[in-house]
Amino acid sequence: MRVIDVRGLRKEFTVRVRKTMLRREKRVVAAVDGVDLRVERGELLGYLGPNGAGKSTTLKMLTGVLHPTAGHVSVCGFTPVPQRIKLARRIGVVFGQRSQLWWDLPLRDSFDLLKAIYRVPGEQHAAQLKRCRDLLDLDSFMDTPVRQLSLGQRMRGELTASLLHSPEILFLDEPTIGLDVVSKQAVRGFLAELGARGDTTIVLTTHDLADIERLCSRIVVIDHGKVVHDGSIQDLHLRYGSRRRVIADFDVAFTYPVDLPGVVLESSTGTRLVFAVDEVGPLAAVLAANGSLRDLSIAEPEIEDVISRLYQTPAGQVG
Amino acid sequence: MGLVTATVDRLTFRNFTELASLTGAIAASGFRRFSTYRQATVASLVTNTMFGFLRTYVMLAIVGTAGATLAGYTGAQLAGYVWVGQGLLGVVLLWGWNDLAERIRSGDVVTDLMRPIHPVLSYLSADLGRAAYAMMFRFLPPIVVGALVFQIYLPKDLVTYPLFLISVLLAVIVCFACRYLVNASAFWLLDHRGVTMFWLFTSGIMGGLYFPVHFLPDWAVALLWFGTPGPSLLQAPMDIFVERDGVAIRVGLIGIQLFWAVLLLWVCTVVQRRAERKMVIQGG
Repeated sequence: MRVIDVRGLRKEFTVRVRKTMLRREKRVVAAVDGVDLRVERGELLGYLGPNGAGKSTTLKMLTGVLHPTAGHVSVCGFTPVPQRIKLARRIGVVFGQRSQLWWDLPLRDSFDLLKAIYRVPGEQHAAQLKRCRDLLDLDSFMDTPVRQLSLGQRMRGELTASLLHSPEILFLDEPTIGLDVVSKQAVRGFLAELGARGDTTIVLTTHDLADIERLCSRIVVIDHGKVVHDGSIQDLHLRYGSRRRVIADFDVAFTYPVDLPGVVLESSTGTRLVFAVDEVGPLAAVLAANGSLRDLSIAEPEIEDVISRLYQTPAGQVG
Repeated sequence: MGLVTATVDRLTFRNFTELASLTGAIAASGFRRFSTYRQATVASLVTNTMFGFLRTYVMLAIVGTAGATLAGYTGAQLAGYVWVGQGLLGVVLLWGWNDLAERIRSGDVVTDLMRPIHPVLSYLSADLGRAAYAMMFRFLPPIVVGALVFQIYLPKDLVTYPLFLISVLLAVIVCFACRYLVNASAFWLLDHRGVTMFWLFTSGIMGGLYFPVHFLPDWAVALLWFGTPGPSLLQAPMDIFVERDGVAIRVGLIGIQLFWAVLLLWVCTVVQRRAERKMVIQGG
């Protein structure tokens, strides 16, 4: 079942540029420029892009906060802006840099208030809260005012707050920003578990590619307001020719000329050679047979490299 | 009213009770939130009480030179007027509320829009909770101090007490709506300080805080009551409390307040809708 259907989505902002002391010129900037996106129920989608690419703007249009300039948007069968209040009951949203909790109230009171606002039946609220308390380990700070929580504790509270009404879609805008390693792992583990159950669709926006690798089966990359990739991480590697690296260390300098199809020598210091390869086997055999091979390691292609190459490609030339 | 239709589909009894329990829950949270700032409450009480002394002496000096009454008030009524005003200042919260403007400036307002409740209703409910807290802890202490030191007028008619409470409730709503509109200017201006300064300057004068609006010429009094929400903020409940006029006029004052409350809340929903159409969320 399709829960998000977006076609030709566009959002323009008017920017005023100062020309002289008195004269300002209006310029129209398209933050989102013709995005098409279809998301099925239960998908865990990574929505990537460099700063200013239009990720957050898309999310705000999907949640009904911003009016699209053009295009069709349907989320859970609703048109977000005119039906924002109805839609709000069906979705959960976490902004890593903003808080939906009440600053002055203990976490417990914030949750009680959300129960009233979303009109969640008592039993459902208690069950959801218990699950989040167990998985996110909230018990030690349930009675602490939100203003006194650490960032990691607050983010666990934010995740709980967004899930108490059992939303069909969870939108996460940089949920791990600023978190330490332990908190990041807690958040990722929780999202992985939520995604594995398959009843919540998750749209995750992040700059942390470890989040994406760990969680997302599908990634959509947006740049300059346009979708430049829509598929799995493997598709991305294939498309951009990402290759594994073979790092070979020798006791004495290796001089034998390697001439194998699909093997490129990237760097050499004499005793350490780095190759980019399609297949490791033939190269390993040549290296072992023709030199004093001490150590051989294989590095999987880095998603950072692929994404940074994608970001550096002028928009419109890809996809 | 747009406020209600935006939240529920049809105003049935069930929807109404759900809405009432929702606003009740938010109001209760508003009460709890403000009850955490006890030292701020004490500081405000001290300030309001000190200014109460200052204003009472000025008023008594004026009425002393004018004769037994001035603009329909006796000395005791003017003293009552001052002390009730000092108590109500924190209840209607004439000044010092810029939560919404700050959330617009920072972009946090986006989370208000993601909740299944109209932002005006949400903020109003929280403000009613805050006002209930202030009514308990900021209204009575200055009046008790004033009554111990000065001869202040207390209502003679029993009906004045419920009328006064209704008038205070409407004053809180009118004041909330004015503050909401002043804050919402940040959607367009970002720096709302100019509008806030204008509000600071005019609300005290038009609301009858510094002196009763009846000190002004009749035409100005009529203009203020019917042309501006000013007297509905403080003058109305203060006049009702000191029983300056007969019961019919006291009820009429509540009618004027009701008119301004409904009108201004409607304006708030219109402004909110316009703001959302042109909104740019600050900070990505």
